[in-house]
Amino acid sequence: MATTEKVGIPAGPSPHRNRDDSRMWTNRLRTQFFGTFPPEKLLPDRQPAYVASWIYVFGVATIAAFIVLVVSGLVLTFAGPAWYHTSSVGHFINSVHFWAVQLFMLSMVVHLWGKFWMAAWRGNRALTWITGAIAFFASVATAFTGYLVQSNFESQWIAFEAKDGLNAVGIGAWFNVANVGQMLLIHVALLPLVLGAIVIWHVLLVRKHGVVPPIPLNVSSPDEAPKDTGGPSRPDTRAQTRGSAS
Amino acid sequence: MPFVFASGSLNGPATYLNWGWVGISVTNLIIVLLTMVVFVLAVFLPVPRHEDDE
Repeated sequence: MATTEKVGIPAGPSPHRNRDDSRMWTNRLRTQFFGTFPPEKLLPDRQPAYVASWIYVFGVATIAAFIVLVVSGLVLTFAGPAWYHTSSVGHFINSVHFWAVQLFMLSMVVHLWGKFWMAAWRGNRALTWITGAIAFFASVATAFTGYLVQSNFESQWIAFEAKDGLNAVGIGAWFNVANVGQMLLIHVALLPLVLGAIVIWHVLLVRKHGVVPPIPLNVSSPDEAPKDTGGPSRPDTRAQTRGSAS
Repeated sequence: MPFVFASGSLNGPATYLNWGWVGISVTNLIIVLLTMVVFVLAVFLPVPRHEDDE
């Protein structure tokens, strides 16, 4: 059951005498959240031995680049183009923002390739994969609107290439790439919030289900191959041989 | 830097490679290939181990 008693977080009935607050939504939400995510699971000290590989670094590298993007983006937002186009510090922060995008995309793509080839959706992790895919497409949209905000000749070119594409799929009426104001607000306000929420959900799912174990080595025929090797979140009760995971 | 001199100024138009309807700049192709190299290295490079690790 919930281990929240260890850190003094009440679960279930109210600590107050002669009162049962267990049906209150705050009580139920708190119980459910800390039951699913006790602190030692939210911020673990250790990971399974198979995580000792550089391929597992690229997820957190993507998050680190995202944080740099948000912080540099906030500076650019508050100071404005009159500053970041003219002062040397402004140029630098502008460049940090641009190159953080490149590192973000590189890390995210390597992370995506790693997760695909290790079939990381196994063991009830389909939603982790799906949120990752949504985050990928939201990132592309964020980068695209960011490029548009430059309003230079290249951005005008990509804007009207994109206009053809958006019109072709029927959403051109709501997303007008020639509307710099709309593109700016989507880039600065809407998409960072959406992307941040998706990334938080994605990471919580990884914490909930654990890092997916490697695909087993010792499978001699397709009949023996387990359809889903499970993982910590769903114990695999079928008899099977496991490869050396450590 | 030698590559810059070999390919010309960074300010000029990019060199494109075309196969039918597929077109990609040399720069973009190099970036894609480098990303693949990073991926392969990430998978195969060993992680430093400490004595107290299991």
